[in-house]
Amino acid sequence: MPDGALPVLDVKDLKTVFRTRQGEVHAVNSVSFDLRPGELLGVVGESGSGKSVTMMSLIGLLPTPPAEVRNGQVLFGGKDLLKTDDDTLRAIRGARIGFVFQDPMTSLNPVFSVGYQLMEPLRKHMGMNKAAARKRAQELLELVGIPDAGRRLKDYPHQFSGGMRQRVMIAIALACDPQVLIADEPTTALDVTIQAQILELVKDLRQKLGMAIVWITHDLGVIAGIADRVIVMYGGQIVEHAPVRDLFANPQHPYTRALLETIPKVHGARDDRLRVIEGQPPILGAAPEACPFRARCTHRFERCDRENPPRVPVGPDHDAACFWDAGTGGERDV
Amino acid sequence: MFDLRTDMALVKVHDLKMHFPIYTGVLRRHTGDVKAVDGVSFDIIEGETLGLVGESGCGKSTCGRAVLRLYDITSGSIVIDGDDISTMSQDDLRRKRPTMQMVFQDPQASLNPRMTVAGIIGEPLDEHTKLTKSEREARIYELMDQVGLNRDFANRYPHEFSGGQRQRIGIARALALNPKFIVCDEPIAALDVSIQAQVVNLLEDLQERLGLTYLFISHDLSMVRHIADRVAVMYLGKIVELASRDDLYSDPLHPYTKALLSAVPEPDPTLHDTAERVILTGDVPSPSNPPKGCNFCTRCPAVMDICHRVDPEFLTVRPGRQVACHHYSETKNTNVDQPVT
Repeated sequence: MPDGALPVLDVKDLKTVFRTRQGEVHAVNSVSFDLRPGELLGVVGESGSGKSVTMMSLIGLLPTPPAEVRNGQVLFGGKDLLKTDDDTLRAIRGARIGFVFQDPMTSLNPVFSVGYQLMEPLRKHMGMNKAAARKRAQELLELVGIPDAGRRLKDYPHQFSGGMRQRVMIAIALACDPQVLIADEPTTALDVTIQAQILELVKDLRQKLGMAIVWITHDLGVIAGIADRVIVMYGGQIVEHAPVRDLFANPQHPYTRALLETIPKVHGARDDRLRVIEGQPPILGAAPEACPFRARCTHRFERCDRENPPRVPVGPDHDAACFWDAGTGGERDV
Repeated sequence: MFDLRTDMALVKVHDLKMHFPIYTGVLRRHTGDVKAVDGVSFDIIEGETLGLVGESGCGKSTCGRAVLRLYDITSGSIVIDGDDISTMSQDDLRRKRPTMQMVFQDPQASLNPRMTVAGIIGEPLDEHTKLTKSEREARIYELMDQVGLNRDFANRYPHEFSGGQRQRIGIARALALNPKFIVCDEPIAALDVSIQAQVVNLLEDLQERLGLTYLFISHDLSMVRHIADRVAVMYLGKIVELASRDDLYSDPLHPYTKALLSAVPEPDPTLHDTAERVILTGDVPSPSNPPKGCNFCTRCPAVMDICHRVDPEFLTVRPGRQVACHHYSETKNTNVDQPVT
C-alpha cells in the first residue's frame, strides 16, 4: 500500500469452527488480511484449505449452526461486520459487497427471468422503480458483453450458455456498484476458451469501475494473470502472502514452492516426471498447535511439531508462516 | 511409414460415429440426432499414450466410451488387439473385455459404496477368472501394492478414503485382469492439484512396468502435455488435429488448437504480460445442429469463404500430423496432386 490509503476491508484474526457430530472442524484459523482500494487479491488453496469459508464468514453467509465464527474482526466502512445486526448486514450484502459464485447454474434461480434477477437488487437496495431498474439492468448486461441485451432480459437462465450465465452473475454482482466484489472460483466450471473470455472481461471491468476484488481459485495460472497480491492458504491458515510477481519469482513457503513445482506447463520446457507433494492435506479436527504442513514438508524441523509458525516478514509486503528460511536453508530465528 | 505405424497399432479406430437420436412431439418422432462423435479416426500404438483433449461437450468422453463399445455405435470400425469389436456380439464382447478396461472420472460415483475395497478390486476376478480364494486374495493384495494402497485397508469402504486414494482403487480394479488397453476418462479432473501429480505419476509407472496402452481423455492441456506421446484435439464431434506431443504444443496448426493453447493460463505473471493471446468469441455450437461447412467456422479467427460451404477433410499434411482445416488442404493439394473436394 504505497499511497497509504485505508484498506476497504480489514480482516483480523478470523476463526471459524464447524460443529459436527464427529466433533469440531477448525476450518479457518486466525486468518488476517486486508483488501486495498482497487486491487485484485488472489486467494489460492486446495479444496478444504478454508479459502471459501473465510470469505463466507466475512459476510455472514455460513449457516449457523453448524458454523460458528468464534473470533475476529472484519472492518468494512468503519463497521465490524461480525458485530452488526442482520438487517445492516443484509443492506451491505449484494449492494456494497457483491458476490460471484462458482456454478452459475445453481446460483441463478431457474424460475425467474434473468431480467427479474438483475432488477431485484436494484429495486431492493437502490429503491429504483421498475422502469429505471429495467434500463439499468439492460446497461449491466451490455457492460458484461451480452449481445442483444434488451431482448435477453426476458430469457431464463437455462436459455444461456455456461459462460453467458457467469456473465449474468457478474452483472448481478455489479448491479449496485459495490466497493468490494468477492468471486469464489468463478471460472472453475467453465472451459478454457470461455474462461479466457471471462478473465478479459474482469480485467476490463476493473479498469472501468475500479472496485476491489477478492478472487478465490485453486488455479495458480489464473492468479498469475489477474492478481495484484496473493494469499496462499493451507489447512485453514494463510501460509504465504506476497505481491503476485514476487510470489511466483521468489516463493518462500515450502508449500507454495512445492505447489508451483507440481503443476505442468503448456509452454516452455517439459519435465519428464512430475514433482509430487507426498501425503494428504490435514484434517482440521483440533485447533492447530503445530504447523499444518509439517507432515508433507521437506524442510521439517523439530520445532514444527511443537509450534505453529507465525507469519514473519520475508520481503517488502511479503510474509510467510514458516520456520524454514529459504534464503539460508536453515532454521529461522523467530 | 504409414504402414509401419498401422502394423504396430493396438487400437485402430476408423470413421467412428456415435449419434444419439432426438425424439420430439406427442408421437415421439425421430426429428434429429445429437452427433456426439461424428467420424473420428485414429490409431494407438502399443505402449503409447494418446491424449484426447477438447472442451466440455466436444464428444471426447463419448468417444472414449464408444471405443470400448459401452455404447452401440452408429457406424465405423474399432479394431482392438486384432479383433473388430464394432460388430461383435455381446457374448464375444464380454470375453474380450479383460483386454480393455476403463478408469472413470469421478471415483466417488464409480465405486459401489456398499462394497469393500477388496470386493471392488476382486469383482472383475470373480466375473472373468476361476481363481481359488487364496489366489484371489493374493491377487488383490498384489494389485493394492501396485497402486500404492495399504493392504490393511482391504476391508474398508470407499467413503473412508480420500479422492486420490479412491482413484487408486479405480485404477487397481481396471488392472485386475491384466488389460492391454485402458481408457482413462478424465481420471484426475476431480482431484486437487497436489494429488493430481501423484495419480499421473502412478499411471506412468504402471504403463512402464506393465506395458499398458492408454487413451487419456482430459480437458487439462498441461497435464496431457505431460502424459501423452501423441495428442488428438476434438471439437464438436470431430478430431481437428492429431500430432505428436512436441509438434502440437510447439507448433499448433489448426486455429482451434492455437486458440485452445493460448487460452490456458500459465502460472507465470511475466508471461501473461508478453504473451499474445487468441481470445475466441462466442460459444460452441450445439452438436444437434452443427454449422454448415467446417464445424469451427462460427468462431474461427482465420475463417475463409470456403469454410462456410465445405467441411474440411482430415488430411495428413506432414509426416505424422493430421489436420482438418482448409488452410492446410491446399498444401496437401500441391504436394500430392490430389484434388480437394
